[in-house]
Amino acid sequence: MDELLTTSAAQLGAAIAARRTTSEEVTQAHLDRIDQVDGQINAFLHVASEHALEQARSVDRRIADGEKLGPLAGVPLALKDIVTWTKAPTTCASKILEGWIPPYDATITRRMVEAGIVILGKTNLDEFAMGSSTENSAYGATRNPWDTDRIPGGSGGGSSAALAAFEAPLAIGTDTGGSIRQPASVTGTVGIKPTYGGVSRYGLVSLASSLDQAGPCARSVLDAALLHEVIAGHDPADSTSIDQPVPDVVDAARCGDISGMRIGVVRELGGEGYAPGVEQRFAETVELLTRLGAEVVEVSCPNFDHALAAYYLIQPSETSSNLAKFDAMRFGLRVGDDGKHSAEEVMAMTRGAGFGREVKRRIILGTYALSSGYYDAYYGTAQKIRTLITADFTAAFEQCDVLVSPTTPTTAFRIGERVNDPVAMYKADLCTIPSSMAGNAAASFPIGLAPEDGLPVGLQVMAPPMADDRLYRVGAAVEAALQEQWGGPLWRTLPELSTEGAQA
Amino acid sequence: MALSVDDVARLARLSRIELTDQECADLAPELEVILDSVAQVSGVADEDVPPTSHAVPLTNVMRADEVRPSMGVEAALSGAPAAEQDRFRVPQILGEDA
Repeated sequence: MDELLTTSAAQLGAAIAARRTTSEEVTQAHLDRIDQVDGQINAFLHVASEHALEQARSVDRRIADGEKLGPLAGVPLALKDIVTWTKAPTTCASKILEGWIPPYDATITRRMVEAGIVILGKTNLDEFAMGSSTENSAYGATRNPWDTDRIPGGSGGGSSAALAAFEAPLAIGTDTGGSIRQPASVTGTVGIKPTYGGVSRYGLVSLASSLDQAGPCARSVLDAALLHEVIAGHDPADSTSIDQPVPDVVDAARCGDISGMRIGVVRELGGEGYAPGVEQRFAETVELLTRLGAEVVEVSCPNFDHALAAYYLIQPSETSSNLAKFDAMRFGLRVGDDGKHSAEEVMAMTRGAGFGREVKRRIILGTYALSSGYYDAYYGTAQKIRTLITADFTAAFEQCDVLVSPTTPTTAFRIGERVNDPVAMYKADLCTIPSSMAGNAAASFPIGLAPEDGLPVGLQVMAPPMADDRLYRVGAAVEAALQEQWGGPLWRTLPELSTEGAQA
Repeated sequence: MALSVDDVARLARLSRIELTDQECADLAPELEVILDSVAQVSGVADEDVPPTSHAVPLTNVMRADEVRPSMGVEAALSGAPAAEQDRFRVPQILGEDA
């Protein structure tokens, strides 16, 4: 494999800045890789080759002219197809938005372009980010590069698979209940869900507005931190954006010193339903944290047991409201506009034809939970549980600087295994949902392969709101210690993909 | 918790989603399983627990009421399923019998 493909984003950025290589060369290498392997993986819904090369040449010219750009200038990135970018369609992996070119850029897109990051294209996801496997995409499932019969996680499976397939060194994900962290866990990559409000949501197609958060994905902790620094910070265009300085995540990722740090293991996130290999790698990592000088204690967060149930009331409720904008009037698909059908009939026909099964399921569930007579029993109670979960976190953070757990109870499951069992599918988000509900910062870092199936296991780290830097400190410490033990990063043991060329 | 096929059809109408009879029949048992598993939330929180609607405390954000450049007509209509005379063209709003 071309060395440019396995080089970190930090090193690529440095090499481009020092003119040891060019952004064009790096971008071309990744476009070639996509061409060779994406037929097997289906990580990308759209590859913007020409625009990416144009952007790369422009960065090269600016560097040649002596301009000082940021540390990721010229480095390619894969953008989840739920974030708007005017240079390519934004489909949210739905038929209802097929071919829709947004008339504006998301704030994070604009910030990345200004930082000289080269966007390669848009990555696959579960339709409107609803799912944990990327099987709910209207454009076909994405496959896990560790084992192409397995799911790459979801909803951000396109972004996680693109990283693990070396199609991009950086990616953007969005996380509502775990859609950055769970895909990172099952692909052996790094995924960060910043504090809610830490990264602008302007230009993200909303799933559940009170939970959605975009964040950085990468193959290394430092790369994720460098991307975090580019996209984070206050945005007047997002009224839920936090007007405070961004924590120094890059410094934390470079430091990686956890001596004296108090780390809590959440008792409720383990035991029955967790795969033995996941529990084994997690237990070893907890021991490692102690050896690295942290003080590890067990904490109890009893209301986490109700988080999944409460989430699957809140999320569909907000979704049913947010997706009302897909009404066939101003953008997207329109079906049955033949002069015989009324606007309301066209609306229903379009939504019936344009939404996939899981989206329909959740809109109807949300409509039910919000309907009169059920509102208090469902949505109202779920919001109270949200209060209790937040209180559990607050109590735990009085004793601990961060909390840890496995990121997801099992390794990557087989494609098709859970499609007809929504409740089993939802359980993939069991460990990630509490942080989403409380809006704090959380991340997943690779900690090895489960002995029983040889598939990646992730460590979830959770930190108080606006203490995102602590995630990077722990992630960097674990990464450095494990890489020393393994003799290199986990991705070095990834099976080689065939480079026969694009398939259908 | 029983959710009948008719209930699903009614909810689909409220959601403005046209579903086939088969889709309604498939969705009813699936939704019932989901609802059964989320039903555990009832009784967890006491009356006196305040609800949380948002992860972080929110205050209303205001900005000065100043004219700024905005999206042009062409861009705004660029993704429209149908447009006429610089406007979105929509199907008839009233049905035949209205």
